[in-house]
Amino acid sequence: MINNSSVKHVDWSGQLFKLSHFFKAQLPALYQRYPFAVIGAATLFFMGFIAIFAPYLATVDPQAVTPLNRLKPPSWQDWFGTDALGRDVYSRVMYGTRVSLTVGIAVALLSTFIGTAIGLVTGFIRWLDPIVMRIMDGLMSIPSILLAIALMALTKASMENVIIAITLAEIPRVVRLVRSLVLSLREQPYVEAAAAAGTPLLKTLLRHILPNIAAPLLVQATYICASAMITEAILSFIGAGTPPNIPSWGNIMAESRSLFQIAGYLIFFPAIFLSATVLAVNYLGDGLRDALDPRLSRRM
Amino acid sequence: MLSYIVRRLGATIVVMAVVAFFVFSLLYLTPGDPAAVIAGDVASADDIARIRQSLGLDQPFLVRFGNWVWALFHGDLGTSIFNNLPVSKLISQRVEPTLSLTICTLIVAIVTSVPLGAIAAARAESKLDHAIMGFSVLGFSLPVFVLAYLLILLFSLQLQWLPVQGYRPISEGIWPWFRHLILPSLALGTVYAALIARITRASVLDVLSQDYIRTAQAKGLKERDIMIHHALKNAAVPIITIIGIGIGLLISGAVVTETVFAIPGIGRLTVDAILRRDYPIIQGVILIFSATYVIVNLLIDLSYIFFDPRIRY
Repeated sequence: MINNSSVKHVDWSGQLFKLSHFFKAQLPALYQRYPFAVIGAATLFFMGFIAIFAPYLATVDPQAVTPLNRLKPPSWQDWFGTDALGRDVYSRVMYGTRVSLTVGIAVALLSTFIGTAIGLVTGFIRWLDPIVMRIMDGLMSIPSILLAIALMALTKASMENVIIAITLAEIPRVVRLVRSLVLSLREQPYVEAAAAAGTPLLKTLLRHILPNIAAPLLVQATYICASAMITEAILSFIGAGTPPNIPSWGNIMAESRSLFQIAGYLIFFPAIFLSATVLAVNYLGDGLRDALDPRLSRRM
Repeated sequence: MLSYIVRRLGATIVVMAVVAFFVFSLLYLTPGDPAAVIAGDVASADDIARIRQSLGLDQPFLVRFGNWVWALFHGDLGTSIFNNLPVSKLISQRVEPTLSLTICTLIVAIVTSVPLGAIAAARAESKLDHAIMGFSVLGFSLPVFVLAYLLILLFSLQLQWLPVQGYRPISEGIWPWFRHLILPSLALGTVYAALIARITRASVLDVLSQDYIRTAQAKGLKERDIMIHHALKNAAVPIITIIGIGIGLLISGAVVTETVFAIPGIGRLTVDAILRRDYPIIQGVILIFSATYVIVNLLIDLSYIFFDPRIRY
C-alpha cells in the first residue's frame, strides 16, 4: 500500500520559519506585555542550561582540594577565586545550580501534587473538612524553617531529606488554597449538574474542578519553588541542609561564614546566583499571575 | 461576640494540641532508632541506652505523650541532653535578645512598608509604584543572610558606622543596645516589609475605588487626609492580618539573623541544638515559637472588632 510507505516528510523550512517567527514576532510581543516574566524565564533557561551542562562548564572537579592554592581572590586562573581548602569556587557554583533547581522544582511539584490531592478531598467531603483543616492550621503555625530544621535534625543530611522536609512545610499552604477554591467551585451550577447526572466524585474532581483551579495552582507552585530555594540555602547555611560533600550555594556560603571579612567573594558569587534565580522565579510567577488571572493581578 | 471569643479560644487550643502532638511525635516519625541518631556516630551502646531512657523511648508512645503534656502544664519543657539543664531555663535566659530583635524589626518593617505601600497605591501604575513594587520583589528574593552580609560589608566594614556583630543587653544602656540591633533589624525586616508593602498596596487600591473616597475627594479633602483617615483606616484589616501571618517569617528569619550577627538569642540556641542534635531543646523552641505565633494571631483576630467596628460576630 502506498500510504504505508511512511513518506513522513519533515518540513524543515516551515519549522525554521516558525522558530524565527517566534523570536522575531511572538517573543518581542510577549516581552512588551510581560517584560519581567520574559526576563525571568530567560534567566531560568540560562540556569537550567548551567545545571545540565555543569560538568562541561566547570573548569575543574568541584571537590578537588588544592592546599597550595587556598583563598585566592578571583583572577583569570580562578574566576570566582578559591576557598579555604583551595577548591575552585566557580566550578562549585556551577554544580550548585543543580541543587537549587532540583530542590526548588521537586518541592514545588511534590507539595502541589500532595496538597492538591488533600485539598480536593477535604473540600468535597464535608465531615473530613474540620479535621484536616485543624491539622493544617497546626502545621502552619509552626514556622516553616523551624519545621524543616526539626525534620533535618532527626534524619541524615541528604538532598532527598531536604526536599521532604521543605515539602512537608509547604503542603498546608497548598491545601488551604485548593480547599478555598474548591469550596466556591462546589456551588457552581455545572458542578451541581454533574452531581445530579450521577457523575462519580473522582470524575467530577478531575474533569470539572481540577481544570478550574489549575491557573492559581500554577502561580502558587512558582512561589513555592522560589521559597524552597531560599529555604534550602538557609538550611545549608545553618548546617541542617544539603550534606557538605554536595556543593550547593548554601553550603558554599556556610563554609565561608567565618572567612567573610577576609574573603567576601566566597559569599558574593553564590549569593548573586541564588538571588538572581529566586528573583527570576518570582518574576515568572508574577507574570503568570498577571496573564492567567487579570483580576488578581490588579489586587496584588 | 462573647461566643465568638470563646469559639476562637477553643480553636486555638485545638491548634496548639495539634502542634504539641506533632512536635512530640516527630521523634517517632524518623526512620531507625531516634536515640541512635541523636547520640551520633561516636556513641557507645551505653550512651544510646541513656538517651533512650532520658527521652522515655523505652515507654509506650501514649504514656510518654501523656507524661510530656503533663510536664508541659507545669512549665517543664524537658532537659537538655547536652548539658542537663532544664530547657525552659535555657530558653528564658535567651528571651531578651530575641525579643529585642523581633520587636525592633517589627517596628522598622511596619514604619517603612505601610507608607510605601500606600504611596504605591495612590500612584498606581506610575514609575514610583513600579519602583516600590520592584524593590518588594527583590526583598522577597534575597535570603536574609545575604542581605545581612551586604549590610555588614557596607555599614560596618566600609563605612565603619556600626558594629559588625554582637549584642548588648538593654541594661547596659539604650544606645549600645540599639546600635547593635540596627543592622540585624534591617536585614530581617526587609522580607517582612516587602510582604506588608505588597498587601498594603493591594488593599488600599481596593478601598480607593470605593464611593466614599470619591465623596471625600468631591468635598475637597486633602489627598493626605483621605489616605490616612479614609483609605488606610478601611484597609487596616488585611494589613494587620498579614502582619500577624508574617510573624512566622520573622521567627524563621530570626534564627538565621542571630547566627550571622552572633546574637545570643533563642535562634542561636536552636542552631547550636541542631548541631548537637539536642532534641528536647529543638522541641521546646518549636513549641514556644508556635505558641507565640498562635497567640499573636489570636490577638489580631480579636483586634478586628476594634479596627473595624462593622465586624460583628
